[in-house]
Amino acid sequence: MAHVLLRHRDIPDINKLDVYKKNGGIDAFKKSVTKMQPNEVTDVVKNSGLRGRGGAGFPTGMKWSFIDNKNWPHYVVANADESEPGTFKDREIMESNPFQFLEGLAIASYAVGATAAYVYLRGEFWQVAAFLDEKIAEMEKAGYLGDNLFGTEYSLKIFTHLGAGAYICGEETALLESIEGKRGQPRVRPPFPPSFGLYGKPTIINNVETFTNVPPIITNGADWYKSMGTADSAGVKLFSLSGRVRRPGNYELPFGKTFRELIYECGGGVQEGRPVKAIMPAGASSSLIVVDDKVLDTPMDYATVRTLGADLGSASVIVIDDTVSVDWIINKTIHFFKHESCGKCTPCREGNYWMQTITHRIHSGEGKQEVVDLLLYVAKQMQGICLCALGEFATMAVVTGIERFPQDFKKVVKA
Amino acid sequence: MSLEKTHPKEVKQILSKYPPEQKRSAVMPLLYLVQREEGYVNKAAMQDIAQMLDITETEVASIVGFYTLYHDEKAGKYRMQVCTDLPCALRGADEFLNNLCGNLGIKVGETTADGLVTLEGVMCLAACDKAPMFQTQGPDGIKYHENMTVDRTLELIEALKQADREVK
Ligand SMILES: Cc1cc2nc3c(=O)[nH]c(=O)nc-3n(C[C@H](O)[C@H](O)[C@H](O)COP(=O)(O)O)c2cc1C
Ligand code: SF4
Ligand code: FES
Repeated sequence: MAHVLLRHRDIPDINKLDVYKKNGGIDAFKKSVTKMQPNEVTDVVKNSGLRGRGGAGFPTGMKWSFIDNKNWPHYVVANADESEPGTFKDREIMESNPFQFLEGLAIASYAVGATAAYVYLRGEFWQVAAFLDEKIAEMEKAGYLGDNLFGTEYSLKIFTHLGAGAYICGEETALLESIEGKRGQPRVRPPFPPSFGLYGKPTIINNVETFTNVPPIITNGADWYKSMGTADSAGVKLFSLSGRVRRPGNYELPFGKTFRELIYECGGGVQEGRPVKAIMPAGASSSLIVVDDKVLDTPMDYATVRTLGADLGSASVIVIDDTVSVDWIINKTIHFFKHESCGKCTPCREGNYWMQTITHRIHSGEGKQEVVDLLLYVAKQMQGICLCALGEFATMAVVTGIERFPQDFKKVVKA
Repeated sequence: MSLEKTHPKEVKQILSKYPPEQKRSAVMPLLYLVQREEGYVNKAAMQDIAQMLDITETEVASIVGFYTLYHDEKAGKYRMQVCTDLPCALRGADEFLNNLCGNLGIKVGETTADGLVTLEGVMCLAACDKAPMFQTQGPDGIKYHENMTVDRTLELIEALKQADREVK
């Protein structure tokens, strides 16, 4: 099947504007601006069943319909922070199929009446940002961005903005603070961005992959999109497959394919033919799933993965084999979250500090079973009381690791 | 000297991205601009940026302190930042960094004797399928180096050294 998102794998040079144009590019944006009312665009996206690809899976069209039309101007922001360990899909889109992403961002801007849009990229994507700047300039030159687009009243500018190495800036309100030139710390919500966003104005924030789905939806219609995937999760998804597989990489699949298909057919199975011991389906923020045949044959969509006691999130599937011990894994994840906690609220700041100290003790063989129990207690104390989801994410691997892989901890604790 | 004097074109271009009454938004791109020249952000540059954007110097310093890609101290000309986060570590990143340390005769966080390379371990860089990998942060911006071996890394360092000598 031809790719919907990774079209560069089928069409060479689609990152050149004339090639993109020849292959139907910009048609959807032109159709939106010249033939559709903004709310009609939003309705098509709503009916397509598209859900946000940044992790939470929130229905995209519904989010757009929340924009506050009593307060102007409006902004649209693309979340290209992509910092979840195990996630590398947005980067491939922006590097290889940039116009489809930018066109989707432009369509979203038209749908909510924004005349300025920002792409917030993590600071490490310095080269990607320079590349996008070139692509934006090409679109301006061709008359697809700028004033009075396609002979209408509608005008739009797109700007890139680089972060500077802070995972928390992927959280949408921290991201907005960062564009405003402040430290990237989450805001207390409500109000939510569609009523109070960038510079206090109504703002729609979506993930890069979410926007990239929009042009083909406008061109081919909501029913076409819904014909792919499952009833719960419409359409196609990029899976970033990493860890101990033979062929790590991005794979575009309709929702509903199984973990087995992803790991074995796409990924070529585990290195040295070893068995899969655990899966983290949403990067370092994931719960650890104990893997057996039933799990491998589970269809990957938002609702079904939840029945395994985990979230699909951004679909950054980390594969762990039987050579790896879970105490080592949580030592890695806690190191990450301790480093990335923004420090704004006490349970996350202090909790991560203690979790790191205790995990380190266990991992280096200095802890008794009581220390493992203490770690579990600290993690559970943090749950439900942090200001943003990072605090929650930090506890997922710890709690599920200790509860689902007790034997790995028995091996490292002192008698 | 003020950035507005030394880099008038860049400063103007950066400010044009944001609404005129929101020029504080320019603080991050302006910090990148000075850091590209100096390798770090010194106090005078912070004062200059604060003045340009009508914010306090403390506010600028708090941005430098919060974001890990800004540095307020000089290090090697290039920061070589190896990703040792979970997915890369599952593909040998820790061993790679260790071997590199051994070959360069420095520890993580240290700089080679010639002042060229500071070696660091960092979090996920969105290249987990191409481990071992690192980024170099230097005068020409940030660059990715993927699917690396220790030998190819040493060759890269040699090439950087050569280029550095030619400049001097
Ligand atoms: C700590 C944290 C990190 C996040 N990182 C990202 C990210 O890197 N990219 C992203 O698109 N969303 C990220 N999100 C989710 C965003 O807050 C937001 O929900 C998303 O950008 C909305 O877009 P979507 O509806 O298209 O998914 C993160 C959330 C949290 C709490
Ligand atoms: S939960 Fe953590 S990252 Fe989120 S606001 Fe609190 S301290 Fe910051
Ligand atoms: S874990 Fe190293 S790039 Fe993602």
